[in-house]
Amino acid sequence: MNQRAAVLSLISPAYLWLTLTILLPLSAMLYYSFLSDVPIGSREVSWTLENYGTFFEKAFYSELMLRSFKLGAEVTTFCLLLGFPCALALAKSIGGRTKEALFLLIILPFWSNALVRIFSWTMVLRGNGILEYYINWLLPGTGPLGLMFTYPAILLGLVHSYLPYMILTCYISIDAIDNQLLEAARSLGAGKLTIFFRLIVPLALPGIVAGSVLIFIPVIGSFMEPRLLGGRNGTFIGTIIEDQFTAVFNWPLGAALSFIMMGLVLLVLLGFSPLVRRFK
Amino acid sequence: MSFHVLLKLICFQWLIVLILGSSVISAAEIRVLNWQGYGTDEAWALEMFKERTGIEVVHDYFNSEQEMLTKLRTNPGVYDVVLINSAYTRQAAEEGLIEAIETTGMANVSDLSSSMRNDPKLVDDGKIYGVAWVWGVTSFAVDTGDFQQTPYSIEALWDPKNAGRVGWRDDAVEAVQLAAVALGQDINNPSDLKAIRQKLRELKPQIRTFWSSEDEWNQFFSANEFDLATYWSGSASRSKNTFGLPVEFVLPQEGAIGWLDGLSIPTNAPNRNEAKAFINFMIDPDFYVKWDTEVGAPTSANAKAVSMLPADAFNRTAFSDSQKVAKVQFMGPMEDALREEILELWQETKAYFQN
Repeated sequence: MNQRAAVLSLISPAYLWLTLTILLPLSAMLYYSFLSDVPIGSREVSWTLENYGTFFEKAFYSELMLRSFKLGAEVTTFCLLLGFPCALALAKSIGGRTKEALFLLIILPFWSNALVRIFSWTMVLRGNGILEYYINWLLPGTGPLGLMFTYPAILLGLVHSYLPYMILTCYISIDAIDNQLLEAARSLGAGKLTIFFRLIVPLALPGIVAGSVLIFIPVIGSFMEPRLLGGRNGTFIGTIIEDQFTAVFNWPLGAALSFIMMGLVLLVLLGFSPLVRRFK
Repeated sequence: MSFHVLLKLICFQWLIVLILGSSVISAAEIRVLNWQGYGTDEAWALEMFKERTGIEVVHDYFNSEQEMLTKLRTNPGVYDVVLINSAYTRQAAEEGLIEAIETTGMANVSDLSSSMRNDPKLVDDGKIYGVAWVWGVTSFAVDTGDFQQTPYSIEALWDPKNAGRVGWRDDAVEAVQLAAVALGQDINNPSDLKAIRQKLRELKPQIRTFWSSEDEWNQFFSANEFDLATYWSGSASRSKNTFGLPVEFVLPQEGAIGWLDGLSIPTNAPNRNEAKAFINFMIDPDFYVKWDTEVGAPTSANAKAVSMLPADAFNRTAFSDSQKVAKVQFMGPMEDALREEILELWQETKAYFQN
């Protein structure tokens, strides 16, 4: 009995904190999503399901939702393809001071503000920008790249922003793999590819899943990166939701769209969970 | 007690006196809500105003009318002066966001051209909810380096020759109203939204990027991201004068969107009298002439101030072609239902723009 009291008193601050910072704001938004108007000033408001109905009535909302999920999947895939080999090399091949230096380089971008990072990308990518200038200097006559304000530009900016998450989570799970296991596999005649796909990838799966979830969810809701790098091609469900809060002042619709997005994300995660369980 | 300790004590006491004293002296500080770089935040003007009245001015900014209204709604009692496009002044007054201004003691109000001072969009039942400040038009501006001949028609924005070279403001009402101008419809009550929807969709190959603030416009323009873009007349002269950009503003033959900006006082403003002094200073010819000649400004609602500009000033000559000026349609209040329809139309169009 005494132990239970101790456990309760120990975890209660964490739960109190979660309630204050996550549950309360979220339930306020849930409340807004069922209102007909923002209850500020002398506005008459009533309960309605109309905000959720709007999403299904107009085809373009679901088109943009799909576009955002595609962006999330692509960014996560690129981060995995780039980040996993990086993490593997860091965990198993590199040691000592070099490792420390490389870690610092990976974490370094996190020290700067995300907006600043994306803004510097606009300077690199734009017409007559840094990238175009150097490529034309190296290979005269390549002409304009036309990367700025395109879908690939958004992809580039987001992969750069979220890559460290994938490297760090994969590193932790690869680092935990016992080297003796790998040696045993090798002594039993397993080739490099077999070791990689049958041993390292399954054992590092928790890290891969954690990294993917950490990247996939915020990318779907991203709005700043598409706005700055996407130009005319930068409309996603995240920018539409942001519009509802800042430009249009339709908080109920913005909140409803956010909750629809949250529900769809949960569905996707549930769909992937059998895969994770099988490898465990 | 040693001498050193005594000295420290005395220093400490002085420090406290200084801190308390300075907070009493700098009590007069007003908070202004406006677009960034739009006159009220010129450093020289704030210095001039402080010299005359001893009042400090701090700023907060917005990037759309809806954002401005949101800020007023969610921060009551914070702002002292707010700039409101007169098309929204009635709505703000009806929602109780701004209060009627007693203009006695504001010497420059009598110099305002009477049609603007008494504009029904600003004055309701004899109560002044906004002091007419400046007016101008929205259409588009071109890069004179790329256009030897300045276009005379708004159709230049739709011309296939200019595909991928157009900048467009990401604002639903402005987008729809520009299409209405091109189609010859009433901008405040468009007769055929279907045709407007089609017209906006035709912009897909034209638009290079969206812009949202004057600062962003200047950056994109100087980086050559667009060669022609929708713009505001006052901002165009600022881009030309202050930033030395090769910008030419076009008043198209089809007409343009006209707007009148007023300065208002939010309900329960903490420094009402200081706010009135600031508004009076903003319509003072001393401020306006310097603003227009050295920085670039829209046209003042103060007729006396405009007549004091040099004879070749843009704001004295641009609107001399009475035939074109007659076609300018002024923005008026809009029904909520129509605004919502327009907002959704624009979101849908933006979704259509995606490759």
